[in-house]
Amino acid sequence: MPLSCRHILGTRELTRKDIETILDTADSFKEISTRQIKKVPTLRGRTIINLFFEPSTRTRTSFEIAGKRLSADVINISGSTSSTVKGENLIDTARNLEAMCPDIIVIRHSASGAPWLISRFVKSSIINAGDGAHEHPTQALLDLLTIREQKGKLEGLSVAIVGDIAHSRVARSNIHAMKTMGMKIRVVAPPTLIPLEIEELGVEVCHDLEKGIRDVDVVMMLRIQMERQDQCYFPNLREYSNLFCLTNEKLKNSKKDLIIIHPGPVNRGIEIALDVMNGPRSLILDQVTNGVAVRMALMYLILGASDDNSN
Amino acid sequence: MTILIKNGRLVDPANGIDGPHDVLIDKGKIAAVDKPGSLDNRGGSRPQIIDAAGCVVAPGFLDMHVHFREPGFEYKETIESGCQSAAAGGFTSVAVMPNTDPVNDNRSITDFIHTRAREKGIVNVYVIGAITQGLKGERLSDMADLKEAGVIAYSDDGRPVMSNQIMRRALEYSRMLGLPLIQHSEVLDLTCGGCMNEGRVATELGLKGMPTEAEDIMVYRDIALLKKTRGRLHVAHISSAGSVDLVRQAKAHGLPVTCEVTPHHFTLTEDAVRGFDSNTKMSPPLRTQRDVEHILEGLRDGTIDIIATDHAPHDVADKQVEFGAACFGIVGLETALPLTLGLVREGVIPLSKAVEMLTSRPAEIFDLKKGSLGVGQDADVVIFNPDTEYVIDVSNFKSKSKNSPYNGWKVRGRVTHTLVSGKLVYSYSN
Repeated sequence: MPLSCRHILGTRELTRKDIETILDTADSFKEISTRQIKKVPTLRGRTIINLFFEPSTRTRTSFEIAGKRLSADVINISGSTSSTVKGENLIDTARNLEAMCPDIIVIRHSASGAPWLISRFVKSSIINAGDGAHEHPTQALLDLLTIREQKGKLEGLSVAIVGDIAHSRVARSNIHAMKTMGMKIRVVAPPTLIPLEIEELGVEVCHDLEKGIRDVDVVMMLRIQMERQDQCYFPNLREYSNLFCLTNEKLKNSKKDLIIIHPGPVNRGIEIALDVMNGPRSLILDQVTNGVAVRMALMYLILGASDDNSN
Repeated sequence: MTILIKNGRLVDPANGIDGPHDVLIDKGKIAAVDKPGSLDNRGGSRPQIIDAAGCVVAPGFLDMHVHFREPGFEYKETIESGCQSAAAGGFTSVAVMPNTDPVNDNRSITDFIHTRAREKGIVNVYVIGAITQGLKGERLSDMADLKEAGVIAYSDDGRPVMSNQIMRRALEYSRMLGLPLIQHSEVLDLTCGGCMNEGRVATELGLKGMPTEAEDIMVYRDIALLKKTRGRLHVAHISSAGSVDLVRQAKAHGLPVTCEVTPHHFTLTEDAVRGFDSNTKMSPPLRTQRDVEHILEGLRDGTIDIIATDHAPHDVADKQVEFGAACFGIVGLETALPLTLGLVREGVIPLSKAVEMLTSRPAEIFDLKKGSLGVGQDADVVIFNPDTEYVIDVSNFKSKSKNSPYNGWKVRGRVTHTLVSGKLVYSYSN
């Protein structure tokens, strides 16, 4: 059961059936990671390159573990951050890697659209591991898996995404995927962190955290990007935290079965209080576990699909 | 050399002509214009005949906004290749912007460009000098000296003149010289780092937006300054609904302001950016359908004076990179005619108006003795078949660069002949 696309560039391109297939496959792969011998031979002899032009611990490790548990050969490359600024050699780099015949290139890049650009020049399948403020599809898929596990469904659930929406690829990928799955989305942030015409993506906008999370099933907190402090999006971190930090106080009127997710890394005490982060409603570590399963599923589905084509 | 252009539909707005006329050219000038067949025995020795049946014969087009990249960026375009691109597009005169390297902010660079154009150029090359030294926006260039060297206008195009004070001084000082200022209207601290129009599509693509207000505010500021300074302001590549409205109001108040629009700003919207094709990246950026509609209204009611291409060739190395890192601009000269004829077919403006916006109106604004096929005028002529249908193929461009979002577009309207001072500089052959 192949996917409708050869690359995973964004959730915007995925159909509902694609997403269901990916989540079901990920579900079945989760068990592998609980075994003592955490390895199956499914992708033996396949080569996966992790090409990361931006620092990343969680995502890169997750892709590496996912590939290795399926017995693929996984190579990690960190692009120098200086070349990302000017965009020099991106296509050359990709073509050189291509010449070594990888099956999948996983790319993370600070420029929106970089995986799109590369996908036009290489034959390998591309998985977008985050491009600028554009998309981070595997994060959205692991978020959906985590929510579905907990709630037993996706359709009809309502979600509040809180924080720096403007610069968040996680928000965009989740908005597309959640819309596709029939969920209701509200974004909660000061107006300066909400990009123009976001309503066009089919979301509701709210500027009050307590009101914004009162009736939802899921709260997704986004990391506030410290480096943006001096760009006048908000006066200072103290004021931001007073208004938008998820505390038990702010949660007091929320639904009893509300769940809390966060793509990480977390700024403790700034966007989420420590006791909330470590509390019973928080699924932050489940997300990380599910990340491996989702990435295994994608690798399997992409390469399985191309096998069918070559026969 | 005598040339007789027969059987064509002559569209010469400067002389109020639109109908079947033959045109006789002698010694590089228009010798006679008359009813079909009536010039057959004129011209002494047997003239060379160009059969323009089914075609429009018009004054050669003027493009008051091109970047020919020489000196400094000859790998993108040269004066020679730019002129060939112009001729292929039906343009017989162009005005080159000063954002070269070194910047054309002094007489020696202007002289160099003139010399180069004389040696290598097959169309008329007019030169625009910088408003400020090095385009830095800090000190005025040697404006009088530049005029002496032959510049026809001043501009810091590619960059705006940000300082209110410098812009005020430039308008005042240029009034003494009688030449217009061409402003690239963009408030930089609103667009900083932006690479496409701010709004729905930028939000979706996660690209930093350039708000229309960045254009509107500067157009407003310049118009506000104009009231006292009474210089002449020409707004380059107008792209936002608000700016069109501002220019309309300013004209209604009798202020000396004119403006131009590029074909890409009336044919494309920000939706073209989906897919991250860097050939859709230009400054000002492609806007929304609403902006396009205001531009069409501005074309209809005469708020917008002329069509100019902002021909901005870039090498593949400058475009085949991440969208945010790519250079701004597209090749414009070789697609302008069919795109403009689209306006005619859609009933936005009649053909004679379209030709006027490419010929006599720019000549009037920039005080050039061009854009007319009156007897005695330079025989700069374009002949085109408005109905020929074809698919744009950038590999056929005469320009050194191929950055165009129109590759693969099916269009109508092909230049068949371009003459400059009676000399055939381009003719289409399969």
